[in-house]
Amino acid sequence: MDTRFTRGKSAILERSLTRPKTEVSVSAFALLFSEMVQYCQSRVYSVSELQARLADLGQGVGASLLDVLVLREKNGKRETKVLNILLFIKVSVWKALFGKEADKLEQANDDDKTYYIIEKEPLINAFISVPKENSTLNCAAFTAGIVEAILTHSGFPAKVTAHWHKGTTLMIKFDEAVIARDKALDGR
Amino acid sequence: MSRQSNRTTESKKMNSELFTLTYGALVTQLCKDYENDEEVNKQLDKMGYNIGVRLIEDFLARSSVGRCHDFRETADVIAKVAFKMYLGITPSVTNWSPAGDEFSLILESNPLVDFVELPDNHSNLVYSNLLCGVLRGALEMVQMAVDVRFAQDMLRGDNVTEIRMKFIKRIEENLPAGDE
Repeated sequence: MDTRFTRGKSAILERSLTRPKTEVSVSAFALLFSEMVQYCQSRVYSVSELQARLADLGQGVGASLLDVLVLREKNGKRETKVLNILLFIKVSVWKALFGKEADKLEQANDDDKTYYIIEKEPLINAFISVPKENSTLNCAAFTAGIVEAILTHSGFPAKVTAHWHKGTTLMIKFDEAVIARDKALDGR
Repeated sequence: MSRQSNRTTESKKMNSELFTLTYGALVTQLCKDYENDEEVNKQLDKMGYNIGVRLIEDFLARSSVGRCHDFRETADVIAKVAFKMYLGITPSVTNWSPAGDEFSLILESNPLVDFVELPDNHSNLVYSNLLCGVLRGALEMVQMAVDVRFAQDMLRGDNVTEIRMKFIKRIEENLPAGDE
């Protein structure tokens, strides 16, 4: 283990993890996020690279958020079922991040590996105007990164991508193994 | 397009955690992209400056603050109105220089640094340096050139977090060359 966990000088480890009631203004976040998008844009050549970078940044957020939420809202218990982890994301994660539940959670009709989280007016995109020449750009790639990290770190490897569909839709595609395991659990 | 009439009175709030974690992700990325802490500090300051330049417009539109008559008033507005509005905290203003051109903002809590611990190999990183850029950029837009830096930082083991601000000069409206 890393030595920093034992050296004991860090006050942060002593702090309570219960929800701090602090608020910041949405403008502060919007300006910060916009600056992040511009920074990423200055270092990439294509829209897909840009989205990948935003997703990477989101992964960092998701990984840190997972632990804190599991402790706070689930008494330290992790989810083991696909449906439960999806509900955890729709309800707990969304409330922690955006102050509300996600608008919709749906399963694809034709594919048992694919789920959608649909948000009519996502906060992330609230202040972003997409330039015409890259109309596929979706800054919700950042949110997709958050969700992907939460799923992956909970033991549900998945690919999450953001699309323009009924507002913004995050498409979650689980690995085959995840669905197979879930069915096996059901069978018991 | 019609303008919302209640725009000046309230600004929307959100949980600070998304903000904190997003900022953390950004700093982490910068540490990967740049070779040393100094470069990261510089980049954070630059991004902060860009934010400040835009934030001042939002601030002036939402608050009913008029022109500040002196630097003391500026300090009060920054601490009591602006920090409160954007970060939900109210730093205290202290350590005035005798000439009244320098003061400190003492932050008891800093929403940018919840959950943050600096690893030992980033001892020169000024984690919240973005704030310096924001203050500098915003004040520049109201014709004040100000030097802003972190004098103390709880992340680096100090007892408080202190931002030192020094008034340099009033920026004259400069006309384009040859256009007198």
